[in-house]
Amino acid sequence: MSQRIRLTLKIWRQKGPADPGHFETFAAEDISTDMSFLEMLDVVNEKLTLEGREPVAFDHDCREGICGSCGAVVNGRPHGHLRGTTLCQLHMRHFRDGDTIVIEPFRARAFPVIKDLVVDRSALDRLIQSGGFVSVNTGSAPEANTLPVPPDRAERAMDAAACIGCGACVAACPNASAMLFTSAKVSHLALLPQGRPEAARRVLSMVRAMDACGFGNCSNHRECEMTCPKEISIVHIARLNREALKAGFLSPER
Amino acid sequence: MRLDAKIPGGPLPQKWDRHRFELKLVNPANKRKFDILVVGTGLAGASASASLGELGYNVKTFCIHDSPRRAHSIAAQGGINAAKNYPNDGDSIWRLFYDTVKGGDFRAREANVYRLAQISNAIIDHCVAQGVPFAREYGGLLANRSFGGAQLSRTFYARGQTGQQLLLGAYGALMRQVAAGRVRLFPRREILDIVVVRGKARGVVARNLLNGEIECHEGHAVVLATGGYGNAYYLSTNAKASNVTAAFRAYKRGAFFANPCFTQIHPTCIPVHGTYQSKLTLMSESLRNDGRVWVPKTPGDKRPPHQIPEAERDYFLERKYPSFGNLVPRDVASRNVKEQCDQGKGVGPTGLAVYLDFADAIRRDGRAVIERKYGNLFQMYEKITGEDPYETPMMIYPAVHYTMGGLWVDYNLMSTLEGLFVLGEANFSDHGANRLGASALMQGLADGYFIIPYTLGGYLAGTPLEPVSASDPAFAATAREAEERIHRLLAVNGRRTVDDLHRELGMVLWNHCGMSRNNEGLRKARARVQELREEFWRSVRVPGSGRDLNQSLEKAGRVADFMEFAELMILDALARQESCGGHFNEAYQTEDNEARRDDERFCHVAAWEFAGGDREPVRHEEPLAFEHVPLTQRSYK
Repeated sequence: MSQRIRLTLKIWRQKGPADPGHFETFAAEDISTDMSFLEMLDVVNEKLTLEGREPVAFDHDCREGICGSCGAVVNGRPHGHLRGTTLCQLHMRHFRDGDTIVIEPFRARAFPVIKDLVVDRSALDRLIQSGGFVSVNTGSAPEANTLPVPPDRAERAMDAAACIGCGACVAACPNASAMLFTSAKVSHLALLPQGRPEAARRVLSMVRAMDACGFGNCSNHRECEMTCPKEISIVHIARLNREALKAGFLSPER
Repeated sequence: MRLDAKIPGGPLPQKWDRHRFELKLVNPANKRKFDILVVGTGLAGASASASLGELGYNVKTFCIHDSPRRAHSIAAQGGINAAKNYPNDGDSIWRLFYDTVKGGDFRAREANVYRLAQISNAIIDHCVAQGVPFAREYGGLLANRSFGGAQLSRTFYARGQTGQQLLLGAYGALMRQVAAGRVRLFPRREILDIVVVRGKARGVVARNLLNGEIECHEGHAVVLATGGYGNAYYLSTNAKASNVTAAFRAYKRGAFFANPCFTQIHPTCIPVHGTYQSKLTLMSESLRNDGRVWVPKTPGDKRPPHQIPEAERDYFLERKYPSFGNLVPRDVASRNVKEQCDQGKGVGPTGLAVYLDFADAIRRDGRAVIERKYGNLFQMYEKITGEDPYETPMMIYPAVHYTMGGLWVDYNLMSTLEGLFVLGEANFSDHGANRLGASALMQGLADGYFIIPYTLGGYLAGTPLEPVSASDPAFAATAREAEERIHRLLAVNGRRTVDDLHRELGMVLWNHCGMSRNNEGLRKARARVQELREEFWRSVRVPGSGRDLNQSLEKAGRVADFMEFAELMILDALARQESCGGHFNEAYQTEDNEARRDDERFCHVAAWEFAGGDREPVRHEEPLAFEHVPLTQRSYK
């Protein structure tokens, strides 16, 4: 049943990329346990607005866990402590009356802070630009059923394709590596026959882009897998490594 | 002004082919001389940008998010229709066309809908080639499922994330063109106005959301793919940033707005649980394939669902509509749910909910099968409500979901403002007064991949377009107006927050211009909206400045436009003295409480022209002719 709780929030405030930033403490009163985490922040922001203070900036949009806009580090964990959950789908029933919650932005060299909890994740777009697609122009596709795909393969491709591009994997990684994000795309397309012709080129190019964007390397901490709101597995990282190894030895693209 | 839909001549099945032949072509070497501005990166905008880039045009693409992949198409769950007839159950282009016209309650153009059905199959081919991981049968071929408003299986799907997968396909194609230098991407930009030079749309005024800078961009044509206006109601299944601003600004610059009262209330959403609630979450219509909708037979029965014996339950959709059962179209399902709750049979703490029960399906097919089909939806439901739908039936209630109305476009998807094209949910074209499930994804991608690449070329090749630069006085004047508006919003410094005012507007619309409407309520709502608009400009408080990231300011600008636009919705609802599809005026219903159309007086599209200042907008009519699907009372019995 719905209850009302009180919380103490320690929220990271930063005016802009050049500002060093600091924590500010807020009291959140009369919070319903049915609220989502973002609705709780809305309540805080409404109060700040009426007090003549600037509300806390945070990215959000669909509020149903699919657009990948939202995300902050809550008590040390990107998207909070609940597994397989985006911040917008974390509900206040998972907190207790009197809790103190520390909220800060995703931190990684490749994700500069823009303001408060908002970070610049355009590096993830650059990774996709480096090859995260199948090169097919509109109009040139063959009939859809000419290329059968065994359903378990299609399912595994779908497991990888479920990535929402939120960047939590990067924020969770001690190396700020984008390996889970990159491998999800490499794996999704490598598993499907449509993606094979470009597989070698794709993996080599995306790995290069990862370095160029300032992401760290993977050293198997597995924090990304624990944090991923879509529970994407590190088996995709293993597949990326296999694809990269194959391409590095055998492909004319190397 | 007479509205000319520019429907090509000839028999229905040959119209599009013939039109494509008749459209002038832009020579490949000349395409790079044309600058195209595309606003929005949902299915329609991303697919249009990618396809135009592939053809060789210079494309500038704007999106409100940090990345084009976050557009709200991403949230579409259930699927995408196509007339492939893979299940061999009798589907055809003609039947998809027929179902869509009938489902829209005969308020869409036959020629447009037929073209949509024709293109549907090419969309599936293209998405599969992009690597969209659609569900497959054991033999490796594509799987289909059934959806509301159809008696066969023509819906392709990728778990409950079809919109996401299709959008990521289009986003990949867009990113490929960005890498190739054919598309320049402008993320975190909001379009505040359309620039009109000598009667033609030649540019946009954008606000850089990070630093507040007002930018002018010029082009030979503008393509709006900015989605629907469901957030006028405050609570809807739309994402928080979804808004009407660019479309409404275009209306004020001369593009007519068609059928603004046609809004879709989706029957299966998670019920409202508190005043702080910021949005509503849809539970895909696909759930109605296996879930059974019921309420207790006795009003006020407060027993928990498992204590209510079978004989005391009313499976009202199955009872009233034996041939379609739980799969009746959305407008019909929503109205019936409301009717049950109005009779006091609603369940849950608020009484504004009905059960969607999977117990029979789980008994029949086993939990594993249900989990495979709907696992992510069940999980989402549990996260939000804290209840396990494998054990207790879901509770659902209708919520605002989609808007069939939008900017009026002709067969070429061009609005009444020359050079302004409108795609996807932002236009009004194909769904009439009610959209069928799995048709929005189809339309967005049809417009972007397979229609605009041809019709835009026809416009550019056939229209003299003198050079225009952003130093033209029209740009400076339009940009100044946008800046002044921002200053005004910041200067009010009143006592109410943007959300507070927006919530109140939403309640007025939901109560009087929602699932069921009457003339008295609509008139009251109109007066209330006018008062609320004055209240907004008197008492809104927007903290911060216009020179950096200011999310309150962004919201304020959008809500200011909703405050004006809401009146247009109400005016349109008042003018349409009939019931059709999602527009249900209580004065016009059959004995069984179904919507009763008035084809004598209202078999037309209503298109509203902005008349300037506070003057009453002018209503124009585009008559609709039904030569192939006979006008009949819809029946799903």
